[in-house]
Amino acid sequence: MSAADPAGGKKMAGEEKDSAKAVREVYTSFGKPVKVFYSPKDLEDFDYQRDLGDPGSFPFTRGIYPTMYRSQLWTMRPYAGMATAEETNRRFQFLLKSGQTGLSVAFDLPTQLGLDSDDPLGQYDVGKLGVAVDTVEDMERIFEGIPLDQISTSFTINSTAAIVLAMYVLVGRKQGVSPEKLRGTVQNDILKEYVARGTWIFPPKPSMRLIADTIEYTVKHMPRFNPISVSATHLCEYGATAEQSVSLPFLNALAYIDEVLKRGLEIDQVAPLIVFHMAVGGRRFHLFEDVAKLRAGRRLWAKILKERYGAKNLESLRLKFSTGALGGGMTAAEPLNNIARGALFGLAAVLAGTRSLNMACFDEAYAIPTDLAIRTALRVQQILAYESGVTDTVDPLAGSYYIEWLTNQMEAQMIETMKRWEKSGGIVKAIEEGSLQRELARQSYEYQQKISKGEKVLVGVNRFTSEEEEKPIEVYRPNPKVREIQTERIRAVKARRDPRKTEEALAQVRRFAQGTENLLPAIFEAVEARATIGEIVATLKEVFGEYREPQTV
Amino acid sequence: MGRERPIRVLIAKPGLDGHDVGAKVIVQKLRDRGMEVIYTGLRQTPGQIVSAALQEDVDVLGLSILSGSHVELTREVMAQLKAQGITDLLVLVGGIIPKEDIPLLQAEGVDGVFPVHSTLEEIERFIQEGVPRKRKESHGGKPEG
Repeated sequence: MSAADPAGGKKMAGEEKDSAKAVREVYTSFGKPVKVFYSPKDLEDFDYQRDLGDPGSFPFTRGIYPTMYRSQLWTMRPYAGMATAEETNRRFQFLLKSGQTGLSVAFDLPTQLGLDSDDPLGQYDVGKLGVAVDTVEDMERIFEGIPLDQISTSFTINSTAAIVLAMYVLVGRKQGVSPEKLRGTVQNDILKEYVARGTWIFPPKPSMRLIADTIEYTVKHMPRFNPISVSATHLCEYGATAEQSVSLPFLNALAYIDEVLKRGLEIDQVAPLIVFHMAVGGRRFHLFEDVAKLRAGRRLWAKILKERYGAKNLESLRLKFSTGALGGGMTAAEPLNNIARGALFGLAAVLAGTRSLNMACFDEAYAIPTDLAIRTALRVQQILAYESGVTDTVDPLAGSYYIEWLTNQMEAQMIETMKRWEKSGGIVKAIEEGSLQRELARQSYEYQQKISKGEKVLVGVNRFTSEEEEKPIEVYRPNPKVREIQTERIRAVKARRDPRKTEEALAQVRRFAQGTENLLPAIFEAVEARATIGEIVATLKEVFGEYREPQTV
Repeated sequence: MGRERPIRVLIAKPGLDGHDVGAKVIVQKLRDRGMEVIYTGLRQTPGQIVSAALQEDVDVLGLSILSGSHVELTREVMAQLKAQGITDLLVLVGGIIPKEDIPLLQAEGVDGVFPVHSTLEEIERFIQEGVPRKRKESHGGKPEG
């Protein structure tokens, strides 16, 4: 393919000399050659109403709402995990006092995997990476003195999301706040856990049922709560390309939707509650591809929901996403360079119209971010929001020959990827068999080799390097006290609770699991009877079994 | 031990940590370099890892830990290796490892520590050089601490 369409017009003296120079070959992430420049010829079939539409109208390419940042900036959400319920509570109280109403809870690995704090399997991980929760009483401690009808809470929880949700509802009930008033999100996106991140417990089929149970429950009782946040970020860190970072979450989301629709719910009841956590940046960062993939994603999602699912409510067609600027793109070498990377990642997210952004910090490769690093990441967002001018008009890149061409290409690639997995038996089957995991593992290896060979430039790493003394890495240190405290609390709860009630409630969880009824009511009763997360999960394991990883490398 | 046979490697994920993209990349790299590599998958106990190392008769054991539990988990694995009388294994630990923990891991008998930003080439070179040395040592002298 020729590098460029010869531009018309008179040639000037310097130009010929210029064109005699070798032209660097460039390809998109999906292997298409990139021209030296783009022109109307690349958009011959372009139709503004059909392909873009005004912001806020179908197919939402330009944005899901008409005025976007002119009315409301994106949410700048920091994310931090605390070890104990008390520390988390203190942090939340502080955030509320400083005017923040969006809270975010990170859990330790045992809580995410349904192991109690006294379980030897998780002995080194209690209270690390997040808060340890064993019974509803821990959840009560986290939200003590925090009126749940005035905040929205985001829970990074997947396999045990139904139990965490039940706990949150019960805390609300104790405060006199009914479930329909609760606002927030549970991540609850199990399919990506089998592919990346790894906090699975049960095999895919019963996991899908649990997710459908939570979605069904929220649709009926918690209209302001998002029962799922379908995530792209982890897939990206595991090797997904730009287009896969949208098409794969879409496949996962549609699998959840299909599962819920089987229960007789309407698409317009379900779709408005599904939100996404998209990815920008990372090792594969490309400013324009990241913008184009999210614009294409909005258009494709709206079309799928309208054409394939017959959704009529506009709210069902709007692709609602927050964005994570990936820490995987932050280098250990010359860490201050990461501030520039963060600014570019953030720019991509904002040009793509994100509603919320959490940004990796410059010391990402070394530690839990320091206060300075957290503040700097926030300042980068504020500079984008208040200094740069990128928020002055909605979708400022629209109409660029290159961006619209790239958006079209991205959409076509996504459609192809989705078709390919759907044809081969669906995404759930691909994950069960490990074929998706194998594909991503191969891609991350190939990409790593490109970095090793210097084909993919990482400034300060494989190009323009400097001799610099290695910075010390800081890690989460196990706090043996947290495990002691939690173990004692479990003992106290078990001594205090009515054992007959707990046993009956767990027996009911088992019965419900064996049948097809929605499990949530049984889980509520078990949580209320002071059963621990570990006991509830062990009961479910008896019926559901445990996931066994397929060979993926 | 057969000198001609390819180097056999077990890459293992002890503990609850689910981040294994790095482990998977290393598996593929070492295979490309002609080694026979087995990957355990997630959430292996030290006992499971040591019996897999025995069963598979590997030359190299690589532990990948990014959750901050590297010292405790490595200590358990090394203690169980010792209890089984295994001393000729080249043991590597990779992941989020602070500098000040490297001597702690070495004191447990770990041969090489590779924090997250190590290159694949460094790791491969360490194995290519380390395995013949270990094989020689296990015939004659005592392995270094």
